[in-house]
Parts: sequence; C-alpha cells; structure tokens
Amino acid sequence: MSDVDQAATSSAPVAPGAPLTGVRAPGAAPVGGAPLGRKAYSGGRRWEFLYFAVRNKKLVLGLGVEIIFVLAAIIGPYFAPYPPKQFVAPAFLHPSAKHLFGTSYFGQDVFSLLLYSLRNSYLVGFLGAAFAGVIGLGIGFIAGWRGGWLDEILQTFTYIVVMIPSLVLLIVIGAYLKSHSAFFEGVFIGVTTWPWVARAVRAQTFTLRQRDFVDLARLSGKRGPAIVLKDIAPNMASYILLAFILLFGSSMLIAVNYDFLGLGPTSGISLGDMLNLAELWSGLQLHLWWWFIPPGAAMTIMVAALLVANVGLDEVFNPKLRET
Amino acid sequence: MSLSVRNLRIAYRTLRGDVQAVDDVTFSVADGEIMGLAGESGCGKSTLGNSLIYLEGRMRHLGGTVELDGKVLPISDDRAMNRHRMRDVSIIPQYAMSALNPTKKIGVLARDLLKSRGTKLAKVLPEFRRRVALVGLPDSVLEMYPFELSGGMRQRATMVISTLLNPSLLIADEVTSALDVSNQRAVGELLTEFRDRGYVKSMIVITHDLSILAQIADTIMVMYAGKLAEKADAGTIIDRPLHPYTQALLSSLPEVGVRYEEEELTGIPGRPPSLLDPPAGCRFRDRCPFAFDKCAEEPPFVELLPGHQVACWKAAQDVAGSAEREHEEAAR
Amino acid sequence: MSMLELDKVSKVFKSGTFGGSLKPALRQVSFGIDRGEVVSLIGESGSGKSTLGKIVLHLTPASAGKVSFEGQDVTEKKGRELHEYYRHVQGVFQDPFSSYNPLYKADRVFEMVRQEYFGGLQRDAWEAKVETVLETVTLNPADVLNKFPHQLSGGQQQRLLVARALLLDVKLLIADEIISMLDASTRVDVLNMLVSLKRKGLGILFITHDLSLGNYISDKTVILRHGAVVEMGETPKVFGNPQHRYTKSLLTAVPQLHKKWAPFDWSANGSAAPASNGALRPASGAAAPVAEEARETRRYSRSSLSPLHAAKGAKSTPSVGAGAAVAEEAAPGPRPSLMEMEGGRWHRRARRRVTLAEVLAESAPPPLVECEPGHLVAVEE
Repeated sequence: MSDVDQAATSSAPVAPGAPLTGVRAPGAAPVGGAPLGRKAYSGGRRWEFLYFAVRNKKLVLGLGVEIIFVLAAIIGPYFAPYPPKQFVAPAFLHPSAKHLFGTSYFGQDVFSLLLYSLRNSYLVGFLGAAFAGVIGLGIGFIAGWRGGWLDEILQTFTYIVVMIPSLVLLIVIGAYLKSHSAFFEGVFIGVTTWPWVARAVRAQTFTLRQRDFVDLARLSGKRGPAIVLKDIAPNMASYILLAFILLFGSSMLIAVNYDFLGLGPTSGISLGDMLNLAELWSGLQLHLWWWFIPPGAAMTIMVAALLVANVGLDEVFNPKLRET
Repeated sequence: MSLSVRNLRIAYRTLRGDVQAVDDVTFSVADGEIMGLAGESGCGKSTLGNSLIYLEGRMRHLGGTVELDGKVLPISDDRAMNRHRMRDVSIIPQYAMSALNPTKKIGVLARDLLKSRGTKLAKVLPEFRRRVALVGLPDSVLEMYPFELSGGMRQRATMVISTLLNPSLLIADEVTSALDVSNQRAVGELLTEFRDRGYVKSMIVITHDLSILAQIADTIMVMYAGKLAEKADAGTIIDRPLHPYTQALLSSLPEVGVRYEEEELTGIPGRPPSLLDPPAGCRFRDRCPFAFDKCAEEPPFVELLPGHQVACWKAAQDVAGSAEREHEEAAR
Repeated sequence: MSMLELDKVSKVFKSGTFGGSLKPALRQVSFGIDRGEVVSLIGESGSGKSTLGKIVLHLTPASAGKVSFEGQDVTEKKGRELHEYYRHVQGVFQDPFSSYNPLYKADRVFEMVRQEYFGGLQRDAWEAKVETVLETVTLNPADVLNKFPHQLSGGQQQRLLVARALLLDVKLLIADEIISMLDASTRVDVLNMLVSLKRKGLGILFITHDLSLGNYISDKTVILRHGAVVEMGETPKVFGNPQHRYTKSLLTAVPQLHKKWAPFDWSANGSAAPASNGALRPASGAAAPVAEEARETRRYSRSSLSPLHAAKGAKSTPSVGAGAAVAEEAAPGPRPSLMEMEGGRWHRRARRRVTLAEVLAESAPPPLVECEPGHLVAVEE
C-alpha cells in the first residue's frame, strides 16, 4: 500500500495561479485529508495541463513558430506581392527589396511562390493527418476493443497495408489519372500511413479495456461504442494528440518527397514542386540558392517546429519528464 | 546495539508544502532483533524505512541521527551512503516484484548490483547458489527473467540478492502483503531463518499486517501519523497494548474463528490527520475514544513499563494509577 | 434451486496468437447462492476465483457449463437481456481506485447508472435515491459527491461502489477481494456493511484469499484450488472441521495474532516436506519446485512437446518452508493419456493439437463426497 509519498504526489497538482474554478467547489475540498488515493492523479487534470503547457518553452516556441507559418499560409497569398507562377520579372534576380527571395529561372517571384506553396503543404499535411488519424483510430479501437477473430483480421489487413510500397502505388495511380489535386495527395498519404497509429491505438485499447473502470461501465449497462468513446479514448487523449502532430509533420514531409519526385498534384504548387523545378532546371548548378533554400528551409522549420512542440507536449503530459 | 535512531525527522517536499512523514522518531534495534514496524497507509512507516538507506529526491532529512554498529550513517549524503548500501544496510523494497528490471536475467541483475557495490559476483557465487537453493528456488533462476518467476519466487529472489553481502540491517518493506497465505508463511519463515543463520544481523519488517508480525517479530513498533505510538516486545503489543490506537487496530482484525454472528468487530472511525498541517497535541485525539483535555498537549514517547514505550496520556495515567494501587496494597 | 446456480462451469484460457496452448482456469465448478446468503469463495492467486466472478458478471464467457440466475441461463444473455441482468446482479472489484475513470468525478459511477436505468426519473427523485443508498453504506453525501476519486479514501471509494450497485434493484453482489486493499481500521466497517446488506436479503459472493475474512462473514464457504472445488459447505463446518489436506494447510498458514504458525503434518500425504520445525534444507536436484510453480494451473501445450519437457519426467522434491509444501502437492491419480504432470504443470504427450473438449475432459476435477450433511470434500488422490 501507499505511504506518504503517494499522498504527497497526489496533492501536488494544483499549482498556484492555475484556474481552479469548476474543478473543486470552493471550500468543498479538505484535500489535506491525509492518505489520498493510491495513485497520484490531480484534481484538475485539464487545468494542470494548461498550467504546465504555457510554461513549457519547447511547446511555446514550437507552436509559436508553427502558428506564424500557418498564418502565413492562410493569409499570405492575399499579401503576396506577385501572382505565383507568372513570369513577373527577369530571371535570376538576386534577393532584393523588390523580390524578397529573388526570382526563378523563369522570372517568377520566389517569395510569392513560397507563400502560395505553404497553403498546399499544410492542406496536404492536415488531410493526411486527418485521414490517417480517423482510419487508424477506428481500426485500432475496433481491433483492440473487440479482440478475437476480428482483431486478427484487422491486424492482418494492417500488416498488408504496411507492406504496400506506397511510392510504387502512387506511380501506378499517377499513370492512370490524368491529373490529381492536393486533396488527392493528402488522402493518399493518409490512407497509406495509418497503420502505425492503428497498432499503437489497438495496443493501448487492449490495456485500457482490462481496467476495472471499463468493467464497471459494462456493469452499468453501457455498450461498447459508448465505453470506447467515453472511457477509453479520453484516457489516451494525450497520445492521440501527439500522434496527430506527428502525422501532420510526416504527411507534409512525405508530400514534399512525392512532389520533388514529380508525383505531386498536377495543379497548384507546393514546396516540393518548387524544389522539383529548381532541381529540374539546374538551380543548384546555376547557384540560384534563393530558389531552393527558402522552400527547403520552410519545410524544415515547419516540421521541426512541430517536432519540438511534440517533445514539449510530451513533457507536459508525462509528469515523469516534467520534473526534470 | 545494532541500530540506534535518534530524533529522526524526514519531510517530503510537495507543491503545497512539506509533509512531515517522520516526526522526531527515536528507537533502537538490538543485534539479532527483528523489529516489526506497523501502521496504516500514510503513517510514515515506509518513509522511515526508506530513509535509513535511500533518501529520494523529494525527501529531506530535517534532523536527527542514525547510528549503525556505532558508526553514524550519512543518510542525507547519497554518495557517502553508497558505501553502506547492501554491505551495512539493505532493503527488500515494497514493490520488489515490479522493481526488477524485466530485461535482465536474475543472475545479471545480481552481478550489476554487486558491481555497483564494488564486488564481483564470482566471489560470492557459490554462496549465492547455496542461498538460492535454501529459499527453495531452482539453480536455473539465475538464468531466468523476472517475468518467468511468480510473485513469491521473485520475492525470494530479491531477498537473496539484497542480503548477499550479509548486511547488518535489513529493511523488509511490505514483503508479504501481495502474497497468498502459504507464501506469506514461507517468506515470513525465511526472514527469521535468515536472521538465525546470521545472513543479517537485525531486521526491520514494515507491514500493515499485525498478525504477520505476531508470527515473526521480536518487538513491534506502531506508528501513527508520522509519530511513534507504541513500542514493546511482540507479545506485549499483541496481548497487552497500552496505546488506544494499537488497541483499536487489534480489535478491528477478524481472526480465524470469529464470525459476525458471535462477535461484531468495529473499525476505527475517521481518518488520520493530514501531515501537511498536523494538529497540535496527540494526533490520534480525534479518533480516540478515551481522549480528554490533557490530549491537547503532545504526549511524550516514554517508557511506562519496563521495555514498553508509549506516547499516550491516558496510558500513562492508567499505568501510574495501577502502580499506585499496587503500592497502596503493598503498604496495607 | 438457488437464486444463482453454477453448473459445472469451466474456463479454458487460450494463450499465444493462434491459441498455442490451452490452460484450464476453472474446472467444473458447481455451487449456488441464495437470497440473503453470503458465500465466500476462497482461493490463492491463480486459483481462478476472480475468473469465476467475472463469468457470473458476464464480463468473460465460460468455456463450458451453465450459469443460471433465477432459473434463466445467463451465459447466452446479451443486449436488452444483459441490460436487465445487470439490474439484479452487480459487482465490486478489488482495487477501488482503478474502478474509477481518473478523468471523471467519482459520482460518475452513479450517473452512468442513471443514464442507463433511470433515464425517466426526475432529478430530485434521483437525488433522493442517491442519498438513500449513501445512507445505507454509511456515507455522508457531502463527503463524497462532486469529488474526484483521489479525494476519497479507499474505504469511501469502495463503499461508494457498493452504493452504486444498490441503486439498482440488486439481488446478487459479486464482491471480488473488495477489502484487501483497505487499511485494517476500515476493513471491518466494509465487512459489517456487507453483513447488514445480507440481512436485507442480498445474496453475496465474497471472493477472497483471506480465510479469516471469509470465515467472519460467510454462511457458506467454497475452497477453490487449481480451478476446482476442493471443499465446500457451511462455513462453521468447513472451518471447524476441515477435511481436505489443502484446506488444512491453508488454515495453518494463516497468520494469527495469538497463535504461532502451527506445524503441519505434511507426511499425511506422503509428501515429505520438513516444514514442521521451520528448518530449511537445500533443495535437492536441479528442478527444485516452488510453491507458485506448482500453483500455476495446468497448461496444455497445443504445439508439440519440447524434448526438454519430455526429458524431465521425474516428480520434483519439495524443499522449503510450509508454504512451499502446501502447493507442492501430488498430481491427481490416474495419469491421463494425453497429458503428463511435471512440476505442477501438465504437458502434452501426444504430438497433435488438443481440442477444448479433450482439455475439459482430462482436467475434470476429483469428485466431491459428502463427509457430513452440508459439507462436501473432494476425494484426495
């Protein structure tokens, strides 16, 4: 059984200044009441989370940078100095006040190109994460909750998807489709990257399903879907959020890879497209560094910021990491 | 005198302030003595036990001294303590069963542990094997992973490993709590056997289960809310406890043979006080059926009868009263 | 016909991805519980006692056998029927803290019951009902409502869970080790509460490994070992006049306040454990057995038998203190044809897949005989 140490941790949470209202009715909690629960959980978990979140430098930095980029992607095109893709100036111009990132081989304004590209990259990242998340969560929950033969079938299916060489599949599909959009690319990425989410969710569901409170929910007449949504999913909320962030970043990266290889959307432009064009038209050999560095750097910063935020979130959610 | 603890005070740091888990505790354990340390969860008994060997990051040594075999143990100095761990003081932790690293074989675990204490496993291997056999484990456990062993087997394996260097003092923290009765008996008997064979000189057995202590302990010390309540030899505590808390604790235990129809037992109403802001005076006052105005003052932990220390005004009164009566009778 | 009737309930666990081995956890357990009756189910870890509780609660399916409640088969219930079943049969588990979802307030366990069973009830009628049940379990509503689980003591948590069960028209309560995690000072209060519920006509299955608790509270006692009943009957008879060697050994191992562990005559069954004097002897042979090794229920390997196991045919020799010897007991008599006992485990002899039916047949428990009215004991082999 526990001793004072547990009592101590369980009384730890409510940090000064954390909004308390609604968590504990005023005066209703003589929490000092000595040995508390066996395990340490805080009274206001959600508030506690916020308290640590705003104090986590990695999270604040990562999210801050990401928000700037997202804003740039959303409103940037309205402020873009030139229309994208159009040949607005002489080629090979160095970066200047007029053309922030110079011009391309064709005389396009690289800064404007970049602003428009961000939007597509984020769109693909979001779509990929959303599709992979929804499919992965769905399959993971069902397999983990039902178990038995259904689990075995879904597991087998998951392994099959893992083993499909998505690049080859994309080339094959590309051969049949005349044109495809950023939307298609996002969905394609989502549909090919969900398996690891599904496997992790399945494993966690499996563990949580054996907890007593799940049995108690069943004894209360609750049905499977309700239990999964109300009792199991919230207990892995932190994990789900982290997974979504990782998926978001990886989808954007994958998209850049596809685009760079020329497998990207046939309409619109993206960071990968810019890199692809720069490579095709010998940007490197011609020392047009302003053509390929901005999209590459933007991509790197966008994904890195997400990863940093992810590490920060990890620390916020995991008290063990938080202490150090 | 093997172990002598004087005025020991240990606190836990929490965000809401310090919790005084061990408050001014003085006691000693003789050579060859098995001392039982009993109390409810949260009374500080585990903290006391742990503080003698390892102060966690959140624990702070506020005062008092610990002497083992005449030498002062530097309990607040983690590095200096390293020399004493396993050699002089050793512990079978509360969750020994889950404390074992699942990816290491038992033999490897023992080797690593000994290495960190500057000893080669090879030196003690024959003795190790002998003791493994003694506790009834097959020789092959050295080549097994913790998950291959059942709870009772793991408990015995940790027992053997932690006493390999024949420490002077062994702290056994709730070693029987998670076991079935037959394993409880086996482990309990092994503890006394280890003492009898001289593998350990003396022992502190921490448990909430007084009936186990009645079986194996020579003396029993009862803690309540960070303070010592009562200490005497085991028979006295079980048969003639003086502290109301000990009495209540004992009377709330159903024994085999007791049925509700014949004898309805009662628990102790209320909960122990918070150690964040402990009340002045006797800490058991609120739950004590005998509390009177004197209890607002803190009772000293004193020897009321030979070898029987109690911290209770009521008990002091009773003992003094009966001594007086005897005196009068003798005079008459 | 009792209110709850278990008829030869068996459970075989599959392990391994494709059901590599079959492990019988319960072997043809039969007994009944009446209204107003407390039956304690006593067994050590691995005896299958919790599995039995889960089967009665329909949380895990039985492999064979029948569970009937008020004459109706429980095992096949689902959907609406199961919903109705839970109106009458409820459970409380060992670890009160983990019975609460840590993300919600503790009284959500009440709220779930309201949503499912009392959706039509007015708010104040419901609140009155909650107050009544809290009174029954001697809890003060102000102390427990609108709190998070960790703000309650273990005893409060556990009583709140019993109160939750009482909200329903509960006739049978499965109490699985409900006080083993509580402090000594609050244990008795929870026990006494169960007694008062029983007096109101509730049937209780009290699952425990603690014989003194079982004895204190129950009218009937069932002793389970390796998934099979070894002794059962009216509590005073089982405890006052234990017949089976296992029951006796369990009783001698119980730590008591005023009596030292009594030596136990292990030689009664030819098993020569030197436990009586508490002396320890080095184990003989490499395959020194341990209590738990033996306690593990028999496992039938579905795949072919490994040569290692085949080689170690010899029966193991007991070594240590009493406890070890308790569980180290001889295998049931006639060797079944398919399996082989070794170190307390069964191993397959045949090199083919063993079917469920075969496992059930071969793991059949020894028969129970009546040694006195209302007291059954398994034939010892």
